Amino acid sequence: MSIAQPTDARPAGRAPSRRGAAAGTGSQSAGKRNKPRFGLHIFLSVLAVMWLIPLAWTVFTALRPKADTDKYGYFSFGGSFNFDNFVQAWTQGGFAQYAWNSALITIPSVILVLFFASMMAFAVSRVSWKFNVTLLIMFTAGNLLPPQVLAAPLFEMFKLLPLPYSVSDSGSLLNTYISVIAVDTAFQIGFVTFVLSNYMKALSPELTEAALVDGAGIWRQYWEIILPLCRPALAAMGTLEVIFIYNDFFWPLLFLQSGDRLPLTTAVNNLQGQFLSNYNLIAAGAMITAIPALVIYLLLQRHFVAGLTLGSSKG
Amino acid sequence: MVGLPTLIQLVLVWIPTLLSAALSFTRWNGLSLDDIKPAGVSNYDFIAQNYPPFWPAVQHNVLWLVFLAVIATPLGLLLAILLDQNIRGTRIYQSIFFTPVMLSLALIGVIWQLFYNRDNGLLNFLLGTAGTPQAVDWFGDSGVNIWAALIAATWRHAGYVMILYLAGLKGVDPTLREAAQIDGANAVQTFFRVIFPAMRPVNVIIIVITVIESLRAFDIVYVINRGTNGLELISALVIQNLVGEGQVIGVGSALAVILLVISLVPITFYLSRAFGKDKEA
Repeated sequence: MSIAQPTDARPAGRAPSRRGAAAGTGSQSAGKRNKPRFGLHIFLSVLAVMWLIPLAWTVFTALRPKADTDKYGYFSFGGSFNFDNFVQAWTQGGFAQYAWNSALITIPSVILVLFFASMMAFAVSRVSWKFNVTLLIMFTAGNLLPPQVLAAPLFEMFKLLPLPYSVSDSGSLLNTYISVIAVDTAFQIGFVTFVLSNYMKALSPELTEAALVDGAGIWRQYWEIILPLCRPALAAMGTLEVIFIYNDFFWPLLFLQSGDRLPLTTAVNNLQGQFLSNYNLIAAGAMITAIPALVIYLLLQRHFVAGLTLGSSKG
Repeated sequence: MVGLPTLIQLVLVWIPTLLSAALSFTRWNGLSLDDIKPAGVSNYDFIAQNYPPFWPAVQHNVLWLVFLAVIATPLGLLLAILLDQNIRGTRIYQSIFFTPVMLSLALIGVIWQLFYNRDNGLLNFLLGTAGTPQAVDWFGDSGVNIWAALIAATWRHAGYVMILYLAGLKGVDPTLREAAQIDGANAVQTFFRVIFPAMRPVNVIIIVITVIESLRAFDIVYVINRGTNGLELISALVIQNLVGEGQVIGVGSALAVILLVISLVPITFYLSRAFGKDKEA
């Protein structure tokens, strides 16, 4: 099977500490080579510095007041360093609203994805039914499509579906958070279903057989037995989906016409228009947008990497 | 239990895909359903013959794929191999190379724009051309901007490939490596003859990700200039036709179908690998 095969899933999800240790210490042949490898370190250090340059340049620019860069030039260390650009970008650029929009879109989407995908995964992996493989293929394939393939019909469907103006000020599903949440959810369910079904297949069938004997129905087997056992995989998928949906640029761009409803990732597109050629403010705005993803990475790195390697069918 | 997720998937993914195919054979301004007129294959004709950005877009998508496949993916693999050895600071290196994977492609576009800027960007300063007439506008000049965008895409893609291959390398049975070394294979032979083939499941995924990413490429070019002036990509042309002045839904849908048909190649390849063995077992 794929990388999401059960034998992979178990150590990754179940015994994170073991995985973490393995990732840290490197491969088995390591012991015999003790000579310091300067060439390797020089190569890696040079590459690592090159890797950091774009981000470092953004942070550097963001920390310098516009007046100082005008006076000394962008390529100088003259003048002061402070967080004024961040404060200004946040207030002047309406970032509080964008951040709130990101939360309003990301949180419900991730919860819905985990809920629907875990149900679906339970059904196709633990209940035998002849359409299981067909359904799973349909779900997996759906996630691999380029989003632009569905853009026109979805846009028109949402536009033509009338909603009372009390619910939506556009009179349709366009320009609503619901449209973005619905499509984000639909698009991500396939991937999470695929990963979770592999995880669930690896759980012993006796677990639910015993429950069946005790008279537990399908729903109780799902909710009380299988889901708690999937907690590591759910944590990994949850972390991954928060990042995927937070980083989604396309669906809000397509469905949300009002600038003040955009999430941070899509609002990034308007930074240049907003701050013209004030690169210091653009850099600060970019860094504000990067912060949520970087914070999640720092706090939940283990889950994120486990999620990626659990099921990297994600394109 | 199966019903609701399946319904969501059908209504929001598969039915729109089929509708895209249907709309590609019509002429429609997107206003009222009554305005939909059958158009045969005229949209496809138009795209192939009278739509100047189409063939450049195809070339750019191919270039995107080749660049990721020849530069970014092997770079990620190389990083994984180097970092899989027991070297000091491997965690720090891994974190650095992986950081761009956390960022959205849209944000990557903005960050690299600051780096590539003609007058105030760091690159031209390092090259010593900033402020001179020789300074290159890396994202603006249609002769170089696709390469500049590809480097920005590589920045993210290589880290992604690295982390997947690091996991793949951990999964290779260590006795394979030992056996190869006992047989007198050197490090390079051991890798290409033993380790790399043993990582077949990961290789399949990397191939699929590389192809799909190059078809999905959209965010970076859209942030730079909406996919025009040297940065045409099929995905961007789809959107330009849907939201542009004319709202030529038929043409946009035909482009979407072209994208879909190409995407079916890696998707089928992946599904046959992922599910083929299920049926045997």
